[in-house]
Amino acid sequence: MEIIKTDVAIVGAGGAGLRAAIALAETNPKLRIALISKVYPMRSHTCAAEGGAAGVIKSDDSLDLHFGDTVGGGDWLCDQNAVEYFINEAPKELLQLEHWGCPWSREPDGSVAVRPFGGMKIKRTWFAADKSGFHILHTLFQTSLKYPSIQRFDEYYATDLLVDDGRCQGLAALEIRSGEMKQFQAKAVIIAAGGAGKMFPFTTNGAIKTGDGMALAYRAGVPLKDMEFVQYHPTGLPNNGILLTEGCRGEGGILVNKDGRRYLQDYGMGPETPVGQPVLKTMELGPRDRLSQSFWHEQKKGNTVSTPWGDCVLLDMRHLGEKKINERLPLVRDLCISYLGMDPVKEPIPIRPVVHYCMGGIHTDIKAATPVPGLFAAGECACVSINGANRLGSNSLTELLVFGRRAALSAIEHLQSGLPASKDAALSAQAKASEDRIRALFDRSAGAETVAGLRKEMMHTMEENAGIYRTGEELQRACEKIAELRQRYANLALTDKSKVFNTDLMQALELGSMLDCAETVAVGARDRQESRGAHQRLDFTARDDQNFLKHTLAYHHPKEPPRIEYLDVVITKSQPGVRDYSGAKK
Amino acid sequence: MSEERQIQLEVLRYNPETDSQPRFQTYTVPCVNEWVVLDALNYVKENLDPTLSYRWSCHMAVCGSCGYMINGEPKLGCKAFIHEYGDHIRVEPLAHFPIERDLVTVVEDFIAKLASVKPYLIPKEDKPISAGEFKQTPAELMKFKQYTLCINCMLCYAACPQYGLVPEFLGPAAISMAHRYNQDSRDGGRDQRQEVVASDEGVWECSFVGACSEVCPKHVDPAGALQQVKVASTIDWYKEHLMPWVKK
Ligand SMILES: Cc1cc2nc3c(=O)[nH]c(=O)nc-3n(C[C@H](O)[C@H](O)[C@H](O)COP(=O)(O)OP(=O)(O)OC[C@H]3O[C@@H](n4cnc5c(N)ncnc54)[C@H](O)[C@@H]3O)c2cc1C
Ligand code: SF4
Ligand code: FES
Repeated sequence: MEIIKTDVAIVGAGGAGLRAAIALAETNPKLRIALISKVYPMRSHTCAAEGGAAGVIKSDDSLDLHFGDTVGGGDWLCDQNAVEYFINEAPKELLQLEHWGCPWSREPDGSVAVRPFGGMKIKRTWFAADKSGFHILHTLFQTSLKYPSIQRFDEYYATDLLVDDGRCQGLAALEIRSGEMKQFQAKAVIIAAGGAGKMFPFTTNGAIKTGDGMALAYRAGVPLKDMEFVQYHPTGLPNNGILLTEGCRGEGGILVNKDGRRYLQDYGMGPETPVGQPVLKTMELGPRDRLSQSFWHEQKKGNTVSTPWGDCVLLDMRHLGEKKINERLPLVRDLCISYLGMDPVKEPIPIRPVVHYCMGGIHTDIKAATPVPGLFAAGECACVSINGANRLGSNSLTELLVFGRRAALSAIEHLQSGLPASKDAALSAQAKASEDRIRALFDRSAGAETVAGLRKEMMHTMEENAGIYRTGEELQRACEKIAELRQRYANLALTDKSKVFNTDLMQALELGSMLDCAETVAVGARDRQESRGAHQRLDFTARDDQNFLKHTLAYHHPKEPPRIEYLDVVITKSQPGVRDYSGAKK
Repeated sequence: MSEERQIQLEVLRYNPETDSQPRFQTYTVPCVNEWVVLDALNYVKENLDPTLSYRWSCHMAVCGSCGYMINGEPKLGCKAFIHEYGDHIRVEPLAHFPIERDLVTVVEDFIAKLASVKPYLIPKEDKPISAGEFKQTPAELMKFKQYTLCINCMLCYAACPQYGLVPEFLGPAAISMAHRYNQDSRDGGRDQRQEVVASDEGVWECSFVGACSEVCPKHVDPAGALQQVKVASTIDWYKEHLMPWVKK
């Protein structure tokens, strides 16, 4: 097996991975950097983000307000020291992107424009029309081309981390094109492999978001944190889950039920605001968890509109007019017309909540370090945690930048700490074990189990039992079912036995990652007997700070369900309070 | 809106380990009318034949992974609507790129070309982050905005007859990207990019067929960019050779 020696290996070339790579290259041009990604960098799912990235820049805003919105939005499950670091760094990072050429939308005087976003008290979301993530990703990718020390390994699939002597020292990866395994020996590894929304059937997440990075760390002994917190975005196109950005509501779009009523006022987010004049942090600009939960209640009451693709509510943007829609929301209009055959300029668009984002992920401290020395994580795969129980829209893109860079700086500190020499034989043995695991998939003769079959059962289980509202009984069922699927996965065989670009193999490996992640979601949710942010239990409807103002930590076991431990939340200046999104507050 | 229809999906298959040359395989796929061709491929992969290989991810025409030839035309699989086709749809890998396997092509050449035009901001003036943003008016942004929309899907390369004939040609997307940065009010790197863009393999290779702009799913209008770069490069040439006293 070929051995590739490098200083820092990065798994993932989305927003977080690219930002980390550039920070490494800028800080020390002599470092050898291996940027490993299962797709070409610009295919990473950061490209799909529409709305924008939050950072305090305008004079009417303050760091304290961003702090308050983030911590309250997260239902006090955020680590407040991490949030503080995050909001302090955010403006610098967004400006840095501006200096790298990101085409941010502008005010008439040439300064950067900001737009309102759900759960934010002040307009502070930087945006590039409604293609913000796309522009961030391409700006980063193109900027990364400046640095010869960033060596890319495009279309390499990371299969296992190499941990010896208590330190992470590299990884094994499959070159997809040739089907050959490669051993990367690195003094530090940064995981930036994105989210895991594909555990669910109806999601805004692209095909690649299968939780591989989370599973890599998890299997190497790092706990996954707060995995039960899965965010639903309130406005997805009902036929395929394509997202209509929160910007639709930020610009003034309204949500109505089948009777034309702006039903959010019935769920503590009223009183009604004038149509087309959105008021921050209330009604349509309430937080995502509340909006998605209101949909569920409307559906139970029979107030939804039935469509060929299931029950929906309506997003009405007609009053914004064609000009504003074209200027501010061109992609949204295009998506509605193309994929649903409906024009938001002319008609209200049916939408429903859709699985969107994983608040949970690889357990790291505020320096992006995991408990395994030499292993760092950033981006959606990581849980620092700044998102707590519910991420505020537009905090994630900024998080990629802030903690992508932070992971790079921490990796450099680790490199400088005088590491002992690595033992080649031990690392090679581990890489070989990874190769054997994959070979077994080839060698096994086809049995009853298929990738598509197991995947369907997993998705169905998660949707039925671990959705917007949950009960202990359903979650127990999910735990049992996922445990069973994990066992059956051990008998999975490939149909495609060839080496070159074997996507059957990739999907099999991705399914393994998703099953690992799904089990931590189900077990974490079952054991969290309270309702907080995106985790809502019908049998425990109140938040319980006495017992659950804590992070869930799930530890991997090869055959058994995860072992669960809890960790106190870091509180510095904001004691848990009531999340008030009614316009009548103050 | 959601009635079903059966189509014959004819897909190019090629596995370098077992096939001496590409062949076609036809699948019968029950389609919902609002599906895109990518949905039909996914149906095959999930239900009929797990060995079919193709790239895709976002399913919303923004990641640029899923360019294929669909009934002979370069298209994004996730934006080619079944209802726009008859009952027989043929899917092949993008033209002008070597086939890796099935619908997967080798794209290194494109990536190298993109990198060669220095597609990053080379700032006109040094400015620390602490000094805030570069001011850029909406009008200045509009000058290059369109060229930032390229998703690197390579449909324009598959459509370009010149790239088919002269593989060294930089091609529509790479030249548009150079133009994008040249037109950015914050940038001062045009001279550096011209070395590549105004070379023989650069803009002069283009014969103005305009096919690139026709197939571009993001309305980048690479042909327009090429035209502008050509005009600007011609002016450069005159300045240099006939009016050496005029500064560029
Ligand atoms: C439709 C949509 C809209 C959104 N809008 C917004 C918004 O407006 N504002 C906001 O703040 N956030 C938004 N988000 C969230 C945000 O975009 C994501 O959380 C973020 O982009 C994730 O970035 P990342 O770098 O962590 O991962 P990704 O961009 O997903 O990249 C993951 C990388 O890891 C690589 N990888 C994964 N597994 C492996 C493996 N096994 N081996 C090798 N490489 C691997 C992939 O190839 C890829 O390069 C949105 C999300 C979606 C889905
Ligand atoms: S210019 Fe258009 S067709 Fe060409 S790669 Fe870019 S988006 Fe695709
Ligand atoms: S799947 Fe992303 S462009 Fe088609």
